[in-house]
Amino acid sequence: MAEKVLMKGNEAIAEAAILAGCRHYFGYPITPQTEIAAYMAKKMPKIGGCFLQAESEVAAINMVYGVASTGKRVMTSSSSPGISLKAEGLSYLAGSDLPALVVNVQRGGPGLGGIQPSQADYFQATKGCGHGDYRMIVLAPSSVQEMASLTVKGFDLADKYRMTSMILADGTMGQMMEPVSLEEAVVGTYDKSWAVTGTKCERKKNIINSLSLVPEELEKLNFERFERYKAIEENEVMCEEYMMDDAEICVAAFGIAARVAKNAIVKAREEGIKVGMIRPITLWPFPKKVFEEAADKVKSFISVELSMGQMIEDIRLYTKSKKPITLCNRVGGMIPSPEQVLESIRKANEGGNE
Amino acid sequence: MSTTQILIAGFGGQGVLFAGKLLAYKGLLADKQVSWLPSYGPEMRGGTANCSVIISDEPVGSPIVSNPDVLVAMNLPSLEKYEKDVVSGGIIIVDSTLIGKKVERDDVTTYYVPATKMAKDEGFATLANMILMGKLMKACDALSFDGIEATVQKVVPPKKANLIDINIKAIKTGYDFE
Repeated sequence: MAEKVLMKGNEAIAEAAILAGCRHYFGYPITPQTEIAAYMAKKMPKIGGCFLQAESEVAAINMVYGVASTGKRVMTSSSSPGISLKAEGLSYLAGSDLPALVVNVQRGGPGLGGIQPSQADYFQATKGCGHGDYRMIVLAPSSVQEMASLTVKGFDLADKYRMTSMILADGTMGQMMEPVSLEEAVVGTYDKSWAVTGTKCERKKNIINSLSLVPEELEKLNFERFERYKAIEENEVMCEEYMMDDAEICVAAFGIAARVAKNAIVKAREEGIKVGMIRPITLWPFPKKVFEEAADKVKSFISVELSMGQMIEDIRLYTKSKKPITLCNRVGGMIPSPEQVLESIRKANEGGNE
Repeated sequence: MSTTQILIAGFGGQGVLFAGKLLAYKGLLADKQVSWLPSYGPEMRGGTANCSVIISDEPVGSPIVSNPDVLVAMNLPSLEKYEKDVVSGGIIIVDSTLIGKKVERDDVTTYYVPATKMAKDEGFATLANMILMGKLMKACDALSFDGIEATVQKVVPPKKANLIDINIKAIKTGYDFE
């Protein structure tokens, strides 16, 4: 294993992207993700790559569209308000079946909001950011090491399924430093016969386009796309189960919320409370089955989120509301404390839920 | 099995984040689990800066330090803000050149180090932060002085390698301060 170094989450994403063969980065600065762009600005020129600070987020995502059309690995990164600006481009990438990596280091909203951590873009990321029927693969890192490994994974999944992978992180994950070991990624071979690379008069030309004016044809494209989504839901779900073997209370949390929840779970276990956690790593595809099965075993759920309660809706849906579920949250850039989560666990243990 | 939670707080520009990085690398080189979390954004520019460092034998859960075992206060607002949060039996290290006020609590161990003045007298005026880190290494079992050379070499960027010795000297000055 490579030597462990201390790195910010944002820098780990940038370095991992380079190791995964990404040589094109387009972005526009916004706190708390600017270190990604800064790292790329420093590194890309030295390795024959392209760093370009676009004139706007909209421009950046369309530059991503351009490079993605050539089959090259490409990425952009931003934070919440910037991702909203990229929404149109994300829909076009989906409509053109192009692989790309997009990073959202979330901050408090709505609107310009603040610059402190948030998870309130869960809906935006998992339910569709732009218009039309489409999905993105949404990966939620919970450590600096995962910021790196999920970046590599995100590129692979994007290439494999010809779609956008999104890293859904937050300000804490982006700014914190932890030991991380980075290695040259093994890049798989993916079919890129669709890419526009110049025909050299030797093959039929490829066309990258999201316009399709014949309803029958457009319907067919949607059906085909959703066949791929189905395969992803079957094959690519990732989640961590923590102390779930004998758990009677199930905490659900991702990213920074899962880190805080772990502290609370350790303390609750010391008090003799049987509590565990399901931490979705892929927010889409959502670990439906894991939650469905947990609903038959545990007495109640607690969703810990830095939002007014977004993931909780998916948990309700996939547990079919079989068991009570409560929300433990802070918003606007605030983060729940381990004590707050512990208090929710105690209440659930006393059966004090709705 | 133990976990040490450290909060370093002061003005932007005093080297709060760099000091935290030194501690985090110290832990990393000792094969501990570590996390480092800064305050970020506009609040860093001229305002208050603080930095949470956790050094543990176990994987670190939340990287946010709300009840530090050790508080290093590099200005008055930081002491006033965080004094009450330190765990009972914890440690507070105060730069007494910049903070005239005494710590009011009697359930913590307090060290007053005139770090800013010492740094100026010794001819490395910008390294008060390293003097305080030296004192911290003396006061805190979890962070011994051993291996400080290797740590400083990791933290000081190669371009500034000429500053390695002076940083080590500043840390030693703090370590030897009684």
